[in-house]
Amino acid sequence: MHLTHTKRLLAGLAVATALGSVALAVPAQAADLRMAWAQDATGLDPHKQTAFSSLRLLELIYEPLVRLNPSLEVVPAVAESWEFSEDGLTLTFKLDPEAQFSDGTPVTSEDVKASFTRLLDEATGAAARSNFLSIESIDTPDATTAVFNLSQPDAPILVAMATINAAIVPASAVAAGTVETTTLGSGPFTLENWDPNSRVVLSTNENWAGGDVPIDGITIAVLPDEAAILASLRAGQIDFALLNDPLVATLVPNEPNLQLNRVPGLAYNVLQLQPARPPMDDLKVRQAISCAVNRQEIVDTALIGEGEVTGPLTMPVYASDPSTLFCYEQDVAKAKELMAESSAPDGFTAKVIAATGEPPVAASEAQVLQAQLAEIGIELEIEMLELNVYVDRWLAGDFDMAVAQNGGRPDPYPMYNRYFTKDGNLQNVSNFVDEEVHELLEQGRVETDVEKRKEIFQKFEARLAELSPWIWLSTSNTYTAQLKTVQGFEPSPTGTLFSLSNVSID
Amino acid sequence: MNYLTQRLLTFPLILLGVSVLVFVAIRMVPGDAITAMLGTEAGLLTPAQRSALAEYFGIDQPVHIQYWRWLTGLFEGNFGISSTYGRPVLEVILERFPLTLELALLSMVIAIAVGIPAGVFAATHNERTSDLAVRLFAMIGQSTPSFVFALLIIYVLSVFFGYLPAMGTFTPLWVDPLANLSQLIFPAITLGLAFAASVTRISRSSMLDVLSDDYVRTARSKGASGRSVIWHHALPNAVIPVVTLSGVEFGYLLGGAVIVEEIFALPGIGRLVLDAINQRDYALVQGTVLFIALNFLIVNLIVDLTYAALDPRIRLGNK
Repeated sequence: MHLTHTKRLLAGLAVATALGSVALAVPAQAADLRMAWAQDATGLDPHKQTAFSSLRLLELIYEPLVRLNPSLEVVPAVAESWEFSEDGLTLTFKLDPEAQFSDGTPVTSEDVKASFTRLLDEATGAAARSNFLSIESIDTPDATTAVFNLSQPDAPILVAMATINAAIVPASAVAAGTVETTTLGSGPFTLENWDPNSRVVLSTNENWAGGDVPIDGITIAVLPDEAAILASLRAGQIDFALLNDPLVATLVPNEPNLQLNRVPGLAYNVLQLQPARPPMDDLKVRQAISCAVNRQEIVDTALIGEGEVTGPLTMPVYASDPSTLFCYEQDVAKAKELMAESSAPDGFTAKVIAATGEPPVAASEAQVLQAQLAEIGIELEIEMLELNVYVDRWLAGDFDMAVAQNGGRPDPYPMYNRYFTKDGNLQNVSNFVDEEVHELLEQGRVETDVEKRKEIFQKFEARLAELSPWIWLSTSNTYTAQLKTVQGFEPSPTGTLFSLSNVSID
Repeated sequence: MNYLTQRLLTFPLILLGVSVLVFVAIRMVPGDAITAMLGTEAGLLTPAQRSALAEYFGIDQPVHIQYWRWLTGLFEGNFGISSTYGRPVLEVILERFPLTLELALLSMVIAIAVGIPAGVFAATHNERTSDLAVRLFAMIGQSTPSFVFALLIIYVLSVFFGYLPAMGTFTPLWVDPLANLSQLIFPAITLGLAFAASVTRISRSSMLDVLSDDYVRTARSKGASGRSVIWHHALPNAVIPVVTLSGVEFGYLLGGAVIVEEIFALPGIGRLVLDAINQRDYALVQGTVLFIALNFLIVNLIVDLTYAALDPRIRLGNK
């Protein structure tokens, strides 16, 4: 009887496999890109969405005035050219006369004005509004010219406009209040169907002014488990995938039919200290922590080598060589000395919060930090929290220390003004004010000369690292994986998948 | 009043209790739809922006008013609108439910087809090597977490067979039964084997009890063949605890098999409620939990009615 039971099971498996082969034999539509990601978009309003996947999806459907290329240079999108006035108080865009929404209506300066008016309206609830507060008014002298009048010179505003949070949506959709629910953009793809947390279907926008898209469309499946994404790639069930977990990503190169695209991202891993709480209010304690931490060891162990040690600035144009920053070489002797002189000579116990799975390496980072800080008598208690709970505590500044992965920007000002200017929106998270840091950020905002800005931000970075309100650790890589039959994808540090508009499948 | 009516009358009360519990519980969890959507960027909102978003998500009113609105809506068959899907909650649930139901049924079929024969076999070979082997397998099956099974299946299929059923894009049974089965069979095996392990253990011990009963000895002494005694005399009585167990397990499965649905990317009820919790989609969490509770009540009622059918000595309602 036992034998027949086994036979039955084997027979069942054989049938199942046969069924599977039948399904496999159905030819896939070669011109559709089959893609997967673990985390689905959370909504369709380009002005309001801030989640990584939402931005990546909406970048394929909408276009901002300008976008960033993979070298983080500003390049045309809806606008074909732009110019700051001599005094830096007006920014004029010439729109691409070919640009049109996917329904065939042209993109005009009225759409630009309506989009920014919506973005700036507090009733919209767009977090990105804070980057555009210097916009005083928008003039539309003709259909292809949009003039932004600024209340003060604002050098970073152009880069701030190069995100999908500043997407140009149709004025008619703004008036009708349908931006939230119906997508109508001028980007390379249009949304055919969205079944949240399950799948997204995109088709090529024939009316796209950016040129011909080689594929017919993209189907994005939501596969919450990244190991299953890797297995689907391996089995050829999908062509392209977004990966988040370095442990999964590093397995990709083992597969002969797969290719891993790895690019250092702008986001940074950091140990945020809470200077509002003693003894972290003591500069010596914070500096001791900075000296006690071995950043390279964290990269090598917690991040399995997938990242680079970084200072506060992660964009290649402005970033300093980390070895020039305060105590970036681990120096336990100096750390002990600083601790001995500090307000907590006998060490102390602190709670560090971290989000489960966000980033995937958060828990291991916290553990390595725990071991390293134990060397100088600081005992860390790790609290792993569900992401929303973590966000709640983080926003309230309710932590002694926090392991965080904070988003980066291509420009230092919008990346840090929220935390380290006196009126920054997230001042209650950082709880850190330094006159010089504040001044340097404000100088960087109004200065338009790139070389001078570099000087300003180098000083800013050195000062911040020395005052150690936070312990900046490393960048991480962002990953996409693909079958080798997929050609033409160019990854970008911003994580954008816009280059899928150039992709073809052999 | 007959038993069925009595039981059905308790349903609204229980569901009311569940509705209060889930309503309060989901709101006690830190974070709301705004932080779920924006993450740390929520800190950039001005107070006016925040209240505009709260109004949009329907969380601007005091909690008791929110509850009253939801409850009165329920009586009109309106479960609310999901903020994630922008559609009526009930519509989303009913779209996801067939998959969960099919997966639960398939798993139960596998569990019973494997578990009962294995349990009977082990009981009739009590304390022999083959019994120990079955018990060992059952123990392994019961103690292995389903994600290990699931990942193992995916790994073996994709590495050794270069095959994997299409994931993410789910095909309903009525569209293409073969494609549907190819997507559900492996998750069903994952769930079914763990379920089968419990069925094996329960049916073995229950069978052992029954086999030592007087009436079995009587049947034997009257010359009934060994096979006939086991399948016709002993099994019908031994199967009652198995029905209880299967009912409870089936009820759980109708609440969605979260982990298996996550790994095999199946859009079932379990993932629906998990994603809804992560996104703080209150209306969807409340609606789904209520729906799951109702299913559980129905399954329990069916189990109780089955007892009476299996054993005429059980008279429901006249205890």
